[in-house]
Amino acid sequence: MDKWNTWDKIQYESELDSGFAQEVMSIPDGEKLLSCIQCGTCSGMCPLSSFMDYTPRQIVAMILAGFRGEVLSSYTTWLCASCYACTVECPQGIKITDLMYATKRLAIRDGMHPKRFPAQVLATEFYKGVERTGRSNEGSLLVRLFLKTNPLRLLGRAGFGLALLRRGRLSPKVESIKRPGGLQAMLRSIDRGEAARRHTPQATREAVQ
Amino acid sequence: MNYPYYPGCSLKSTGKPYDESMRAVFTALGHSLEEIDDWNCCGATAYMSISEEKAFALSARNFALAEKHNGKGDVNLVVPCAACYLGLNKAQRYLREHDDLRQTVSKALAEAGLTYRGNVKVRHPLEVLINDVGMDAIKARVTRPLKGLKVASYYGCQLVRPYADFDDQHDPTSMDRIVTALGGTPVDWPLKTRCCGGSLTGTVPDVGYRLSYVLLREAQRRGCDVIITACPLCQFNLECYQPTMSRANHTTVHMPVVYFTQLMGVAFGLKERALGLQRLFVPFEFTPAAPESKGAVHASA
Amino acid sequence: MPALDSASNGTPRIGVYVCHCGINIAHTVDVPACAEFARALPHVTVAREYKFMCSDPGQELIQQDLRDGLVNRVVVASCSPLMHEHTFRTATKVGGGNPFMFQMANIREHVSWVTVDKGMATDKAKSLIAAAVARISFHEPLERTRVPVHPDVMVVGGGIAGIHAALTMADAGKKVYLVEREPTIGGHMAKFDKTFPTLDCSACILTPKMSAVRSHPNITLWSYSEVSHVEGYVGNFKATVKRKPRYVKEDQCVGCLDCIESCVYKVAKVPDEFNVGLSMRKPVYVPFPQATPLVAVIDPETCIEFKSHHCKKTCVEACEKDAIDFNQVEEIHEVPVGAIVLATGFKTFDAKRISRYGYGKYPNVYTSLEVERMVNAAGPTGGEVHLADGAKPRAVGIIHCVGSRDVATNRYCSKVCCMYSLKLAHLLKERTGAEVYNFYIDMRTPGKGYEEFYDRLLQEQVHFIRGRVAEVSDWAMDDEEEGRLILRVEDTLIGRVRRIPVDMVVLSVGLEAQPDADDVRRLFNISCSKEGWFLERHPKLAPVSTFTVGIFLAGACQGPKDIPESVAQAGAAAAEALALVDRGHVELEPNTAYSVEELCSGCHVCIALCPYSAIAFDKTKNASVVNGALCKGCGTCVAACPSGALQQNLFRDEQIFEEIKGVLSYV
Repeated sequence: MDKWNTWDKIQYESELDSGFAQEVMSIPDGEKLLSCIQCGTCSGMCPLSSFMDYTPRQIVAMILAGFRGEVLSSYTTWLCASCYACTVECPQGIKITDLMYATKRLAIRDGMHPKRFPAQVLATEFYKGVERTGRSNEGSLLVRLFLKTNPLRLLGRAGFGLALLRRGRLSPKVESIKRPGGLQAMLRSIDRGEAARRHTPQATREAVQ
Repeated sequence: MNYPYYPGCSLKSTGKPYDESMRAVFTALGHSLEEIDDWNCCGATAYMSISEEKAFALSARNFALAEKHNGKGDVNLVVPCAACYLGLNKAQRYLREHDDLRQTVSKALAEAGLTYRGNVKVRHPLEVLINDVGMDAIKARVTRPLKGLKVASYYGCQLVRPYADFDDQHDPTSMDRIVTALGGTPVDWPLKTRCCGGSLTGTVPDVGYRLSYVLLREAQRRGCDVIITACPLCQFNLECYQPTMSRANHTTVHMPVVYFTQLMGVAFGLKERALGLQRLFVPFEFTPAAPESKGAVHASA
Repeated sequence: MPALDSASNGTPRIGVYVCHCGINIAHTVDVPACAEFARALPHVTVAREYKFMCSDPGQELIQQDLRDGLVNRVVVASCSPLMHEHTFRTATKVGGGNPFMFQMANIREHVSWVTVDKGMATDKAKSLIAAAVARISFHEPLERTRVPVHPDVMVVGGGIAGIHAALTMADAGKKVYLVEREPTIGGHMAKFDKTFPTLDCSACILTPKMSAVRSHPNITLWSYSEVSHVEGYVGNFKATVKRKPRYVKEDQCVGCLDCIESCVYKVAKVPDEFNVGLSMRKPVYVPFPQATPLVAVIDPETCIEFKSHHCKKTCVEACEKDAIDFNQVEEIHEVPVGAIVLATGFKTFDAKRISRYGYGKYPNVYTSLEVERMVNAAGPTGGEVHLADGAKPRAVGIIHCVGSRDVATNRYCSKVCCMYSLKLAHLLKERTGAEVYNFYIDMRTPGKGYEEFYDRLLQEQVHFIRGRVAEVSDWAMDDEEEGRLILRVEDTLIGRVRRIPVDMVVLSVGLEAQPDADDVRRLFNISCSKEGWFLERHPKLAPVSTFTVGIFLAGACQGPKDIPESVAQAGAAAAEALALVDRGHVELEPNTAYSVEELCSGCHVCIALCPYSAIAFDKTKNASVVNGALCKGCGTCVAACPSGALQQNLFRDEQIFEEIKGVLSYV
């Protein structure tokens, strides 16, 4: 920051979302979040914390206080590699990794994630790919990722891609299960179940388009 | 013994050497792996980011297919990829512990004409080798003891966290014990369970490379000859970006990184092509140590 | 005063008193209607209602009616017996009646506090009153028995709490047996260098008290001893103490230490327990130079003579007092005591359980107790603080909350660690001039002078980082970190993840119950709480007594606490024990079981069932007999007895059946 704030940075209660914490805590064992004593072990263990805009501990505090906007638009949630180091050491037994997944899902559902951020795009493209064929095809997945985020990188990585192909570690063949229709029927059933509970399957599908 | 086998998507592409060496090693030990029919992607970490229940449904379909493959009784499903192993394990626990989730997923399975009775045991090949096959059998199969080879075992995260089913979460030793059985020298290092960055090397490379670089740097500092892994993404991250890391950190990063099954195959005297060693970017060859000098790794161009 | 009739001869004249309890009862229950209803019940001569029956005027109502001869049995319909049964029994007694010709109906906790509908509440109150009235006709006058209390007392555990309790009771003129398991008294306090917040030298304030114990005419100090068995009941315990053989005669040894000097082991080889394994001792040893009693002890596990029986026994030669006796055997003493104070202390958390802190893996990671011995001038390093290779540390990291406040180890806060971590920070900085970092989650400094002590440390420029250390490791990322231990932590106040290289790490381990706490509690017939500490009778109002009358608690065995609190608790336990012993007798409640010997069929079922071992089979009478002093009136034997020989005062079958009939008659 090389300037002072030109707007009032004070946080008014009226701007916070008191229901946000409840929403995040709806995951299994989510209520343990309330026991956070802000010790910072999660951030200390996390190998990604020094790259994040908010550390995992700050994210937990912000969820509890209702900072919906900041949490769902943060890069933190997408830099989480789900290594579970935080979850294993948390002295209150909070399942922080699962909370990160929950914020990922909410960020996509509400369209609040950083736009065209590669980590989020990967998750979405992976999801679509598996829905189509039942298996993940790493080659085509990466191509789609680059095209949607930074097409120039595709050129830069072309040599590497060829090297992988040569070594047989990438295959142009599209892996697929025999009847993707069956899998798609399964997934639609889940959507219907969610619709019955939360009325958001349409939002999920639209967000994922 | 014949084990039902779930390779996972990575083992069909970037993790191909893992698949090849896994099958070769199991065959060499007198067991076999039979791929279950029509398995689908486990969802890895990505699916959980979009929908938790759908991720569990994906796993449940695999369980149902595994039961079909096995017929009656318990299914000992061998799952080599750490991400698949965690995803399937997690799904199994959550389905068992949460009734509403189980009901939703069962309904979904029914749409595809499948049922899951709850008889699948998700097992990592490391655990199968240690508990079912046993160290003695592994030792007995060794024809080229890896004398003088300093090996850093890299467990990564998803194998030991959050479920410590077969090894200590903070200080796992299963791969190290196998290295000793193969005649090698396991090197203890504090980063053996620190995340390599996972998919971040593809999506946010600066960050991902940094995490993997820290691991390679420490292994080099401790004088290791090779790093062994049990996860296709870990192996890929550690092995395939070394030139980039060298440039970014103004240093030379050069460390062979192989799957633990490839190392086992080398000690068993199996052929290079059977173990997928020709697919590596950083070549790995083992020459037994001459009595006066330490073991050396030869890097072919 | 007119004579009162007993149940067997004389018509019951029942007085029923219904309480409003302000609005607590009256708001929901129609009290006047209840009184009206009671008036009509059989044998009820008086029925009154009053705002606060437990008050003096309320009690006076009962007493006056008794004095006037209008009633000879009393029923009060008010709150829970736990609140005021004692009050009203006493009031009945003062009025001239027998306190056990009294019954309470609980129409507050059981009715007005749990019922919303007023009609239903009043109906329920009426049925409970009817039950009490039906029952009371079958009450008999009972007397509390008095048993004498033995004037001697025992203190188990010779740490600061045990020492203080023993001295207090001895000063009051009581004969005190102080039993200590280790060869010396002093406990953990003897290991400390300085005590917070005054930085008093620990030994300087402790040893005078230890000395006083040794020389007090009323204290029998049994060191190197354990209690192996306790039987009896309040005021009349019989404790069996096992005195382990030192192989040195205590009354001959003068503590010259020549035996140690002359031992065939020229170099000490046994890990020294007092120095927490930081140094070695010989098989013959004295724990520390101010040990009390100052008598050598020979460890049979490591002494050659016990293994080979061929030792030169240079110790025997060297001893001018001829005090060494390899033929010594353990002594068993059985002593009667009236009260027992347990002061068995605590143990520290085993830091190996947290592998990411590297204890046992990296040589320069120490526990706080090890550092206490290091900074102690009389300790294994003569007060010098240096690393395993002898160098002086340039930086030290102190990690708070090791093993505490964690679902994986112990959920509770160990209370003393913040203060002792501050103390160690001060001492380490003073001795080494190193940069000292304290890593904490919260700074807990609530005692007298404690917050000021924290400020003193802030002024001394100790670095305080609010963050729970994630890991201690040796992977270095730059030259500054090379060869050192790196602590990775989020500095939560600044909001950045930091890597702090240090040379020495101190783990502030929490406090835990002794590993054999569960066995010890069984010996004394008390309970342990969930975390393993001895259970007090009430967390707020009875912290030093237990549910077993006559057994008291003092010090850290009841829960983590510091020295001032331990001493205060020891004084409190001594006071309560003295109150019991000085009264000279104990009145036992008569709600005990008894045996109608003619009905006993000799099946022996009751004997094994009794949790208090209060029943014995008398072969001459050929019947089970209940020891009324040991019996606590739990009712188990009464329920189990197939022939109905065992019955219980105040809970006889006809009394219970009448109560049931009373309820049903109204319902």
